[in-house]
Amino acid sequence: MIQTLFGSVEPGFLDRMKEAVTRTRENLSERLEDVVSFHKEIDRATLDDLEATLIGADLGTTTTHEVLDKLREKADRKQIKDVGELKRLLKEELLAILTQGGPQPVQKVEGEPEVIVVVGVNGTGKTTTIGKLANVLRADGKSVLLCAADTFRAAAIEQLEIWGTRTGTEVIKTRPGGDPAAVLFDALQAAKARHADYVIVDTAGRLHTKANLMAELEKMRRTAQRIIPGAPHETLLIMDATTGQNGLQQARLFTQSSGVTGIVLTKLDGTAKGGVVVAITRELGLPVRYVGVGEKAGDLLPFDPQSFVDSLFE
Amino acid sequence: MFENLTEKLQRTFKNLRGQGKLTEENIGEAMRELRLAMLEADVNFKVVKDLIEHIREKAVGQEVMTALSPGEQVIKIVRDELVNLLGQDTARLKFASQPPTVVLMAGLQGSGKTTTSGKLAHWLKKGGHRPMLVSVDVYRPAAREQLKVVAKAVGANIYEGEVGDANTATVERLAKEARREAVNSGCDVLVVDTAGRLHIDEQLMEEMQSLKSLLNPQEILFVADAMTGQDAVKSADEFHKKLSLTGVVLTKMDGDARGGAALSIRHVTGAPIKFIGIGEKYDALEPFHPDRIVGRILGMGDILSLIEKAEATVDKKKAEQFAQKALAGDGFSLGDFRDQLLQVKKMGSLQSLIGMLPKIGPFSNLKNVADKVDEKEISRVEAIINSMTPHERDHHEVINGSRRKRIARGSGTTIHEVNQLLRQYAQMRKMFKDMGKASFARKLAGMKLPGM
Ligand SMILES: Nc1nc2c(ncn2[C@@H]2O[C@H](COP(=O)(O)OP(=O)(O)OP(=O)(O)O)[C@@H](O)[C@H]2O)c(=O)[nH]1
Ligand SMILES: Nc1nc2c(ncn2[C@@H]2O[C@H](COP(=O)(O)OP(=O)(O)O)[C@@H](O)[C@H]2O)c(=O)[nH]1
Ligand SMILES: [Mg+2]
Ligand SMILES: [Mg+2]
Repeated sequence: MIQTLFGSVEPGFLDRMKEAVTRTRENLSERLEDVVSFHKEIDRATLDDLEATLIGADLGTTTTHEVLDKLREKADRKQIKDVGELKRLLKEELLAILTQGGPQPVQKVEGEPEVIVVVGVNGTGKTTTIGKLANVLRADGKSVLLCAADTFRAAAIEQLEIWGTRTGTEVIKTRPGGDPAAVLFDALQAAKARHADYVIVDTAGRLHTKANLMAELEKMRRTAQRIIPGAPHETLLIMDATTGQNGLQQARLFTQSSGVTGIVLTKLDGTAKGGVVVAITRELGLPVRYVGVGEKAGDLLPFDPQSFVDSLFE
Repeated sequence: MFENLTEKLQRTFKNLRGQGKLTEENIGEAMRELRLAMLEADVNFKVVKDLIEHIREKAVGQEVMTALSPGEQVIKIVRDELVNLLGQDTARLKFASQPPTVVLMAGLQGSGKTTTSGKLAHWLKKGGHRPMLVSVDVYRPAAREQLKVVAKAVGANIYEGEVGDANTATVERLAKEARREAVNSGCDVLVVDTAGRLHIDEQLMEEMQSLKSLLNPQEILFVADAMTGQDAVKSADEFHKKLSLTGVVLTKMDGDARGGAALSIRHVTGAPIKFIGIGEKYDALEPFHPDRIVGRILGMGDILSLIEKAEATVDKKKAEQFAQKALAGDGFSLGDFRDQLLQVKKMGSLQSLIGMLPKIGPFSNLKNVADKVDEKEISRVEAIINSMTPHERDHHEVINGSRRKRIARGSGTTIHEVNQLLRQYAQMRKMFKDMGKASFARKLAGMKLPGM
């Protein structure tokens, strides 16, 4: 399981993530801080501010209200003494959602390659994330094959090949417009023959509403299963942190057709908070595994729920 | 799934019908539902606050109309307000008086700039232009290769140039060279695809600014993803501050995102949304229609068309009164006839009224009348009836030859036309009277006139 690889890689990653996600302090949090320091009682305005913070971070109204209702109950029953405590409890609530047990990646068979399929809507950062993952794995001395199954978008194959060169990873490809399942077949055969540790499969971005394209993912899954038992072991849904409430529907439909096992939240180096993952985890139990914090190979970090939750209030 | 906003709003007004005015109190619940709907559609929460405030001001104090239910009326206010905010359909580009026109594409990573550049080239070609493409994205792997494939697919010229180092100096050089190349090869529009960048990346935002001063673009289009959430205001605002955007393209509208970002972006930048992207192919570019996206954001495309109909429909109470009077027979005066015609004029179609009557016997003639009635004719009828005295309107039988002459003169029509009108009126009056007496009267009375 590649997640374990990170533990030793970078001791300072929490700091980096924190830095990345707290780059911009915005008015709201300042307002919130004001509330914290000046009002000792919890009033309607306090809860309104918290609501604005959570909605402003893209958690969506349902999740926000559910979480706040719980707090309100406690506050009504005078179990919360001050705003500081309210905030602490709120964070706990969010943390509980983000750390609930979700689907685990399938255990791979010893001696067989582990297959990671990367899916998501257009432009979220799939190919870049694959480059970053390859980078991590290569640094740990693993052998990796990349599979260029985005045969649709212009120059998608070339893009992946450049990442292959950057990370010293071979890319299995076909011609533009070729059958994605066929190139997947080739890649998995090659991985078996070469005893590769990992195969990472790049797929074309697709909107979850396009049934034929979603069926194509199902077909690829079946192809993988036929060649390597239990494959794909991990299916990562790449979610752009700027995504709003549509992210929930993306997660639902990609999970349905391609059995998503985890999320990578990209572009957290911007000002977007990516709070829709809270709504996703709450409903689907999908864990966030990594976050993307830049366009370079090293800009991938394991997801740290605590600093993520902290960042929502900063 | 969930109850849609239309139903919710209708519900919040259940007890309001015919209650006079919209007030702070009776629209409170509706405003809360509206707020939630907009937030769920990803309109930025600060923008939502502003909009609700505005809509509340507009709504409070308005008389409850009889043609619309209060729920519909509030929806109409909301619709009008949002459509207004979004502006008119603006699928137009500004062209330079001295070619080449330069279009600079700007936006976050993965928003759809390269694809949209190709779509624009395709659209320009269809409009008789000779576009040239250039990519100054020297950063993302295979970005320039991508545009090259795109250019080939749409059959547009592309300036490739040499890259060398991936830095701002190269970007500026490529831009200059491309501009020169466009002139030399007789291309009248240069579309400049740029690297995706974060609005907080100072160095790359400076690069955009230097591209702007170098190229003097007629259009700087902000390409934004329709799925964008709350952050849309921040990125759009920053891009606008640095570049003064001239327009917005909203991509990936072929999905099921509600597209609230459109309102957010427009609200903070004031820049018009010019196009929407509705697919990955190069012809998947459409003009932006504010009314459609408003329906989509509010999740109620259905109700909007309904309101449009209702708006144009007769006032309900009047229609009811008319029907009762008419079917009772004697009460149907020339004044009623005129009012009815005016309603019909508002409604735009006499046919839809007539269409509810049986198409046999005396009515078939009426149908012919209806077919022939046009706007001008209705105005003429109106003028004629206006020239009558109230007494004449209530007692058509007193209108003799000399009165007809006077009426014709007063209304600027001919005696022939006055005669014709009186004939039509008598016919209609008889028809309604028969209808009232006839055995199918009750059934017909139960039939709905438009707007009832
Ligand atoms: N479904 C759909 N996909 C789109 C649309 N516009 C762009 N895309 C897709 O979105 C992805 C990103 O598009 P690009 O044109 O590469 O975006 P970009 O802004 O140039 O991206 P970078 O240069 O990487 O910042 C691609 O997979 C496109 O095919 C659209 O309107 N609908
Ligand atoms: N700032 C930032 N940009 C990213 C990140 N991940 C990907 N990108 C950029 O987003 C754009 C789309 O990425 P790409 O990997 O091509 O997306 P794909 O279409 O899903 O394969 C590219 O310009 C990437 O450089 C990230 O974590 N941060
Ligand atoms: Mg890709
Ligand atoms: Mg691009």
